[in-house]
Amino acid sequence: MTALVQANDLAMSFDVSAPWLNRVLERKPRTLLHAVDGVSFEIEKGKTLALVGESGCGKSTVARLLVGLYEPSRGNLQFDGLDAHAVFKTRQGLQLRSRIQMIFQDPYASLNPRWLVQDIVAEPLIEHGLVHTPATLKERVGELLTAVGLSVFDGAKYPHQFSGGQRQRISIARALATHPEFLVCDEPTSALDVSVQAQVLNLMKDLQRKLGLTYLFISHNLAVVRHVSDQVGVMYLGRLVELADKQALFANPRHPYTRMLLDAIPKMTDTGRARTPVQGEVPNPLNPPAGCAFNPRCPHANERCRNERPLLLTISGIRIACHAVQEGRI
Amino acid sequence: MSLLQVKNLVVEFPHRRGTLRALDDISFDIAPGEILGVVGESGAGKSITGAAIIGLLEPPGRIAGGQILLEGERIDQYGFEQMRHIRGKRIGAIFQDPLTSLNPLHTIGHQLIETIRTHLPLSENAARERAISLLKDTGIPAPEQRIDHYPHQFSGGMRQRVVIALALAAEPKLIVADEPTTALDVSIQAQIITLLKGICHQHQAAVMLITHDMGVIAETCDRVAVLYAGRIVEIGPVHELINRPAHPYTAGLMAAIPDISQDRERLNQIDGAMPRLNAIPVGCAYNPRCPQAFDKCRSQRPELMPAGRTRAACWLHETETQQVPA
Repeated sequence: MTALVQANDLAMSFDVSAPWLNRVLERKPRTLLHAVDGVSFEIEKGKTLALVGESGCGKSTVARLLVGLYEPSRGNLQFDGLDAHAVFKTRQGLQLRSRIQMIFQDPYASLNPRWLVQDIVAEPLIEHGLVHTPATLKERVGELLTAVGLSVFDGAKYPHQFSGGQRQRISIARALATHPEFLVCDEPTSALDVSVQAQVLNLMKDLQRKLGLTYLFISHNLAVVRHVSDQVGVMYLGRLVELADKQALFANPRHPYTRMLLDAIPKMTDTGRARTPVQGEVPNPLNPPAGCAFNPRCPHANERCRNERPLLLTISGIRIACHAVQEGRI
Repeated sequence: MSLLQVKNLVVEFPHRRGTLRALDDISFDIAPGEILGVVGESGAGKSITGAAIIGLLEPPGRIAGGQILLEGERIDQYGFEQMRHIRGKRIGAIFQDPLTSLNPLHTIGHQLIETIRTHLPLSENAARERAISLLKDTGIPAPEQRIDHYPHQFSGGMRQRVVIALALAAEPKLIVADEPTTALDVSIQAQIITLLKGICHQHQAAVMLITHDMGVIAETCDRVAVLYAGRIVEIGPVHELINRPAHPYTAGLMAAIPDISQDRERLNQIDGAMPRLNAIPVGCAYNPRCPQAFDKCRSQRPELMPAGRTRAACWLHETETQQVPA
């Protein structure tokens, strides 16, 4: 079975050098920030891959690469057998873009406050030339609003008249307008309250079942990830450190970073239990540590971890980048 | 005696088209050394409660009724100058965003020493030593050097440690922490929560912890108050409230949280959204969303009443109240 989405060694670097004059006068070299450094995964049709990690690990950059907002500095993205970034530049690019849509994190920033909701939802339909008469446009917008649990009459309102959860429904309606097959969701519920988050997550699961959608779901919340995903990829400093099926990852997390993340979540069941949190913080991505990027915080790090960067290898069904696991030390 | 008593507190925001009641008749107390969690959705009035206690309500918001007593002393009618001597000295505050609560133009040492010397009669050198020991207590490595650094030279987690040190500078009896970990990553959040709990225990400070994260509450607090549309709907010991919630809203909130330790096909959702302040329903504010609402809920507003080992504002527990001899 071939995957719908296949990322091969995707990488993205940003030039964060000092201005030219400073570089010349102060003899500073060019500095590159490797936000994403060689990420590979595939997502099968109708499945959900979740990417988790802390701020600055490159999750959102991966999302932007997948929808074509960034051009990768290395590697490529295969979508349904096509080299997506090459196709985006050609005449067929628009058609491919209609098959890949995105939902953004902040429903307060991603909707134009001066547009009516019906115009927001209609924009992709018009842009992609999917409807030709005003009557069908109106009908299709109505369908979309109903599909996400809003009323047809909500189209005549402005975004500020809605609550956060309802606004995120509008974003979902807009993303669904072009009949996409693949939705990239960048932290779609992290700006929402828990009771509303549950509504939006349930809606997204229902739509996936009904329309056969494929999701890339980005979140920092492992509990949410457990609820929505089929596969989970854990990122640390621009690289995947563990990629496994949901059951395997939550039942038996292998990478020390994954274990740390799981352990860091406050649990409802242990009231008053004291934990020993992992020390240290994410290193500066401009100056990542040699060897495994996690080694300064890792309790199992040894000499090899400090010098040699581990590769993402398949070990008993999961993919993991850790010397300690590969050597059988943990 | 309670350290802090809040009695029938009402906070209003006058507005062109009428007055909005952000807090409506809130009463609770905090014992010395206790950690009270205040939880609720955005707009429920959590932060307003904190702001009212530390005397930092944004105008036009004002306390329109009720009392706030700190160690038996009424502080709700104090002016700005009088509150200045209480804030920092007797009530410390920690805010959500550590970057905006530190002054970017001064070193953290300058800010700590200023706070210490405002409230305690110490010399410059003694204050500096105290600042260094506070930074050490909050787990900042190499505090002797770090004290002369500026806030931008610290990471988010380290900045929040500095803010905690600042809040503890004058040994306050009460700390109001408004979403202290919301801006931080989970791994850092765990570090800060452990620190906050440990250090407040060590300095014997009580904490009012405002958060929307039930997990943080479960792990940190002794008691919890659940806020909905400006009122306390349930208050009680954390273990009881989480395992046997008495109010349907608390129960719904618990069920809506995705659980890390088990798979569920669908999350239980609470339909609808919290009402706006200008359209609070008659009767119980939760009745339009409540699956167990009956006629009385739509006409009469319930007050807090005993419900199991917690207290809940819900008519479902009315019979229970009557059975208990007064």
